Amino acid sequence: MKIPAAVLGLVALSFIFQTNAQVTAERLLNAGKEPQNWLMYSGNYSGLRYSTLDQVNTGNAASLVPKWAYQTMAGGKFETTPLVVEGILYATGADDRAFALDARSGRPIWQYQRALPADIRPCCGRVNRGVAVLGDKLFMGTLDAHVIALDTKTGAVVWDITAADYSKGYSFTLAPLVVRNLVLVGVSGGEYGIRGFIDAYDAATGERKWRFYTIPAAGEPGSETWAGESWKTGGSPAWITGTFDRATNTTFWTTGNPAPSNRGIGREGDNLYSDSLLALDPDTGKLKWHFQFTPHDEHDYDATQVPVLIDEDDKHWIAQANRNGFFYLIDRTTGKLLSATQYAKVTWSNSRDSTGRPVGSKEGEPTLEGNAVCPGAFGATNWMSPSYDPQTRLFYVTAREQCDIFSTAPQEFEAGHAFYGSAYFPNDATQPFWGALRALDPATGKLAWEWKHGSPSWSGALSTAGRIVFTGDAEGNFIALDAKTGKALWHFQCGASVFAGPMTYAVDGKQYIAVTAGSTLFAFALP
Amino acid sequence: MGVKKAIRFSVPALFLSLAWAFRVDAQVKNPYAGDLKVSKQGESQFRSNCAFCHGLGARGGGRGPDLTRARKRHGNSDEEIFRNIHDGIPGTAMPPATAGGIGVGMTDDEIWQVVTYIRSVEKKPNAASGNAARGKDLFYGKAACGTCHIVNGKGGRLGPELTTMATSRSEEYFVDSLRNPSKRLAKGIWETMKDFPQEYETANVTAADGAKYQGVVLNEDAFTVQVLDTREVLHAWEKSSLKSYEKTRQSLMPAYDEKMLPEKDVQDLLAFLAASAGGGR
Repeated sequence: MKIPAAVLGLVALSFIFQTNAQVTAERLLNAGKEPQNWLMYSGNYSGLRYSTLDQVNTGNAASLVPKWAYQTMAGGKFETTPLVVEGILYATGADDRAFALDARSGRPIWQYQRALPADIRPCCGRVNRGVAVLGDKLFMGTLDAHVIALDTKTGAVVWDITAADYSKGYSFTLAPLVVRNLVLVGVSGGEYGIRGFIDAYDAATGERKWRFYTIPAAGEPGSETWAGESWKTGGSPAWITGTFDRATNTTFWTTGNPAPSNRGIGREGDNLYSDSLLALDPDTGKLKWHFQFTPHDEHDYDATQVPVLIDEDDKHWIAQANRNGFFYLIDRTTGKLLSATQYAKVTWSNSRDSTGRPVGSKEGEPTLEGNAVCPGAFGATNWMSPSYDPQTRLFYVTAREQCDIFSTAPQEFEAGHAFYGSAYFPNDATQPFWGALRALDPATGKLAWEWKHGSPSWSGALSTAGRIVFTGDAEGNFIALDAKTGKALWHFQCGASVFAGPMTYAVDGKQYIAVTAGSTLFAFALP
Repeated sequence: MGVKKAIRFSVPALFLSLAWAFRVDAQVKNPYAGDLKVSKQGESQFRSNCAFCHGLGARGGGRGPDLTRARKRHGNSDEEIFRNIHDGIPGTAMPPATAGGIGVGMTDDEIWQVVTYIRSVEKKPNAASGNAARGKDLFYGKAACGTCHIVNGKGGRLGPELTTMATSRSEEYFVDSLRNPSKRLAKGIWETMKDFPQEYETANVTAADGAKYQGVVLNEDAFTVQVLDTREVLHAWEKSSLKSYEKTRQSLMPAYDEKMLPEKDVQDLLAFLAASAGGGR
């Protein structure tokens, strides 16, 4: 019995490598139809982080076990979402390493380590959130502000282009998004007074096809929302992966804080397009419309949360649980705000403008002596991915209940240097800080259930057709919850905070769920 | 692979540290000492890079000591403070000020600005009025602090260790903690990558067999809790196995009012803690 099994195994293995069919643009469009693979950062172009795999379900999740662990041995946060293509897993780690593993065993196939300059300027950890794939190439943004293509088979660099000058505070941390033959990336560096942008590169050659500056230049529409020359150092990075709507040929990107992040003096105005949702033509980079979540932000409320495209009946929405504590529902075609509902504690805003959009209050502004405001600078949520489950019609988001004291620190701009203009620190008077995975009805913004975390978590969420939502906590637990009720079905103690979004894939008919914690990538499956 | 990597990383590190040693020799004095304008710039740097742990005005936060205390555990000289910021302090949560370490990173010049700022907010220590020997007697005797607090290896484990109290927290903070122990709970275990540590919260537990326990929470997650009960017996429970579990922010420490601990006694305790703290010059 053993021999035939081994032979079969070999056959299966060679089958996989021979039919390592290339990921085409067409396959990316239909990524949801091949749930055994995970072809992009959020799983599909809609950003749902939902899988139709259901082998692991509410009935058997209690028997999940770790199948393998891969350790990068890198320090710092491990924020990657792996991709899986025909049994090969591709992921990145801290300090711009990338690796390919056998997705069944976790054993490495190749590794890539970027030789980073000593003086790079990552604001918030030497992190990378993953790669994008097209054909025989993987695409990665680097901390020294390059965009590179790696050979899927070897990890060898195929092309390497300089997108910006890292010494001025530019870097990349996000997983790129491939749309047709273009590789889309958004830049990080909002803490350095950069001028943010979103770029598109030819996947074959690395040639830049377009750049959209997230801050209009003097004279361009929107430039009137920046006082004086402040637009030149206005930040507005775009450091989380966008989404794509095939029906309207629109790619949606979100932007981060205006700079300096916690001091609005000197940049009077709404500061477009910081903290905004941008609807761009993926072929030209032309702006179709925009929606700004936090006008004239003074609390570092980056809108860099994946904009999730939801279709319910004849409704076509974009949903975002924003770092500023409001859950926004936006009409995907017009960009009009449909509703904004509080999903966490909020004190920065106490009024709305004529469109129903929450706006900041005088009382919430940072002061020299410090002003207590909720949510804190890390936000009511942050970059960690939410998930939308078309079965339960619930939107799952990691909420953080933490308030900070925001104080200003007047500061001159100097290229390549920190440009906060401020400081923030935990407001101990509002201890204990806590968090929750919250299940929201997107139509109403109402809370269906919540799973409480002992402290604010940085984990993303994954929902599956097994009627499970997976999440993690700062105490190191990776948890399976009943997607309908929020009841815990299973958990595993990973030994360090979960700092990324989980994903799922299948090889040889077996479903795996993968997530990072500490410097380790774990894969779980049924025994 | 591993060996290669080790060489690649350690050679530049060695080179840098050698280069650094020479630089320290060359410049051990703060070039901006006493410059009020630079001190202001340093305050900006401090707020951006240091205040998250050391608090507004350098008065100490959860993780970082109060830097307005003239005596610092890891060195009082300009050179030592500069080096502590630049290189971090091994064995502590203090990271180096290189990119990605502290806040958004600081240049040498900016570190000197911060040193200048710290000097500007330092307070002269109160004239030592207390009697350290009497303070020690109080600590382990009548005031019974030692029942729950360790100083230099001696004492109980129910409360935070107080060995470094005199170099990490202000006297006002200490007195406030004595008079109102529940006002601000001390931080307990820090876990790597977790934003907030466990605190010295109080647990009231009824175990599966009906036995009742009270103690401090050493650590807790969604599914388990580790408690040191008032007899210093360690319990590690699955929460689902407990009949009841309640956690409060009401400290187990009694509030010491003026009657229990007059001002003179407080001064003696402070003198004892100052004598115990070591560090500095």
